[in-house]
Amino acid sequence: MNESFDVLIVGVGGQGTILASNILGEACLIAGLPVRGAETHGMAQRGGSVETHIRIGGIYGPLISPGTADLIISFDLLEALRYRHFLKSGGSIVTSDAIIIPTSAFTAGAEVPTQAEIINRLTDISCSAIDAAGLAIEAGSILSQNVVMLGAASHVLPLSVEALREAITRSVPPKTVDANLRAFELGRAFLKK
Amino acid sequence: MNTQYMLGNEVIAHACLEAEIDFASGYPGTPSSEVIDYLRHQKDRDFYVEWSVNEKVAFENALAAAWTGIRSLVTMKHVGLNVAADPLLTSAYTGVTGGFVILSADDPYAHSSQNEQDSRRYALFAKIPCLDPATVREAHSMMKAAFDISEKVGLPVLFRPTTRICHSKSDAEMGEPGTGHRTGLFVRNPQQYVVIPKHTRVLHKILNEKQAGLAEMLVEGGFNTAEVRGKTAIISGGVAASYVEELISEGVSFAKIGAYPIDATWLSAFVNQHDTVLVIEELSPVIEEAVRMAATTTVVHGKMDGHLPMEGELSPAAVAEAMLSAGFTPTKTYPVVKPETGIPARPPLLCAGCGHRSVFYAMKKVFKDGIFPSDIGCYTLGIQLGTVDTTICMGASITVGSGIAQSGETRPVVCTIGDSTFLHTGIQGLLNAVYNGAAMTVVILDNRITAMTGHQPNPNTGVTGMGVASPPVSLEAICRSCGVSWVETVSSYDLTGILQALKMAKERDGVKVIVCRQPCVIAARREGVRRKPYVVDPEACTGCGLCVKFGCPAIEFHNEKAFITSLCSGCSVCADICPVGAIHKGGAQ
Repeated sequence: MNESFDVLIVGVGGQGTILASNILGEACLIAGLPVRGAETHGMAQRGGSVETHIRIGGIYGPLISPGTADLIISFDLLEALRYRHFLKSGGSIVTSDAIIIPTSAFTAGAEVPTQAEIINRLTDISCSAIDAAGLAIEAGSILSQNVVMLGAASHVLPLSVEALREAITRSVPPKTVDANLRAFELGRAFLKK
Repeated sequence: MNTQYMLGNEVIAHACLEAEIDFASGYPGTPSSEVIDYLRHQKDRDFYVEWSVNEKVAFENALAAAWTGIRSLVTMKHVGLNVAADPLLTSAYTGVTGGFVILSADDPYAHSSQNEQDSRRYALFAKIPCLDPATVREAHSMMKAAFDISEKVGLPVLFRPTTRICHSKSDAEMGEPGTGHRTGLFVRNPQQYVVIPKHTRVLHKILNEKQAGLAEMLVEGGFNTAEVRGKTAIISGGVAASYVEELISEGVSFAKIGAYPIDATWLSAFVNQHDTVLVIEELSPVIEEAVRMAATTTVVHGKMDGHLPMEGELSPAAVAEAMLSAGFTPTKTYPVVKPETGIPARPPLLCAGCGHRSVFYAMKKVFKDGIFPSDIGCYTLGIQLGTVDTTICMGASITVGSGIAQSGETRPVVCTIGDSTFLHTGIQGLLNAVYNGAAMTVVILDNRITAMTGHQPNPNTGVTGMGVASPPVSLEAICRSCGVSWVETVSSYDLTGILQALKMAKERDGVKVIVCRQPCVIAARREGVRRKPYVVDPEACTGCGLCVKFGCPAIEFHNEKAFITSLCSGCSVCADICPVGAIHKGGAQ
């Protein structure tokens, strides 16, 4: 039976989850793998919590059910915690270590767990937190954090580094290819250490 | 042929190119909007495309185009089909010459919608064929076929994707866009196009005659398929069928319904070969009702006996649960997992620099006991600011407002409506309120564009869907011509001006209109507008928190001081709110 590798990409609307999933989709085409994805559009994306499903090698529906994701790539530490129940037993999370504080924390006094508290709540699973912002700046563009995350996640993705690099080249704006490829390498090197 | 990783709506639009469409119209609505956007952004476009002012208008334009013999598409979301229901029902009577496809995108779970209605019901109601793709790839082939079917039977065809088709992506093989276009020629035929009673009675008979063979044709066309594998069966349709295909066990028969009407003889032959049948579909039990009609001794399970929910969307896990509940064994089981608790919600918000926020803020200041009917758009998010008391459907802020105002309710009514929604169906409500002497204030939140659905142009924008310049309509002139004697216009960033206009409106009788105008902050940024961000002087900040309560996502609060983040777009409204003048324009940007 066909078994897909199911990746949930989560973050805050505007962080580039859709571009990241497009890169994975493109890499699947390059690798000759079937792929299915599902995205958040419309009202749901205005600064809200967003999720993109991508099933590498998938031939059925696009949705990933809770408890079955092989990998969660999170662009925000708080969102990693919000979606961790999607992870299957033995799956892994690769997350940014930064938190965008929800506006409700200021307007309604909602309690936001600290970075340390969140990481503490993720210690029972395979979870790597990355300084995505720092590495993106090092790569030359703060906007390349999503590609930093893909680089960090590349060690567990069932896609070759060559396919991912080629997919990045095809998917990002032409002027930003170099910065994004650097971002990918920095993210990849960070987790190798 | 080339394989691409594409969004469902783009695949659907590309199929229209391959089918050589000549005319496309629509009104934006999630999850349908990207179809027209894809078509209108084609570089070498050799067909007509428009964003219309509402779905009824879009429908009638596209219908008339099909009457002239050309291939035509109209797109909308499911609730838009309610707006277009009047021409829909009678278009089945007149029929069409050129292929006419109505795309109505349904939204199970109401991700971006006010209800979970099922467009398949409309197709059955109107007696027209309906195609319901289970995958993005199927959406591609079905959309191409839809035009052929329409031309073959001379009826409009309803194409019904759902959110998980429209906003899913898949590797899909695209063909070459066609180049053979037709030119419209209207052939006068009052017996067909003038539906006076004498004609329409005959047209109804013709419509009923067209039903003969239609359902069989859809089976022969491979849209409805069945495979007998054992004594139990699952019947499914739409995206749910793709979940079933992942989970169905060997030895369980499977039928997939991709088109309506379902051939009763074919269905009955399949159903009655089985002891038990489980029907799995989203939204209304349309297939299930047909299966129950077809079954003689077969036990039928589905929504109607509680094995599946009547509302919401399905997922692989929900389908597995339904299978277990009905005595079927899925090939996979899903763990029961609980989301983490103690995580603050992160709902969508009005953007930093959104002009709607200041208007809502001022409304609460001036109308402390006000009643605030609102409408459909980004500004529905004003519910978080306490200034959205009602939302039911497009254009209903003004009509709900006048209804409340005429009910004997004595508190002031202040309704909000966006420019696109006002032009969609708000004008009639305003005309009616003035005509019947309602006392209310109407605030038009004018951001010059249809923002929420992805920044589509409207008659207020100054450009058509095809990118041709058009004179922006004057909202003020429209209001005055509806009979409104007091119309004020203020910048949405001018908090003092908005407060003053609202106070003036409060003192006056009748219907008052305030146009609060400021281009959508996202659209303005794309156009190159840059404003210097604002900063908080920590020495001057008293930590009173007034700016924080404004709810702008760019304003944070740390160590008893306000702080403005890099999200700031320089709208300046928080500087007006600060009682001690601690917020001012920052340095270079």
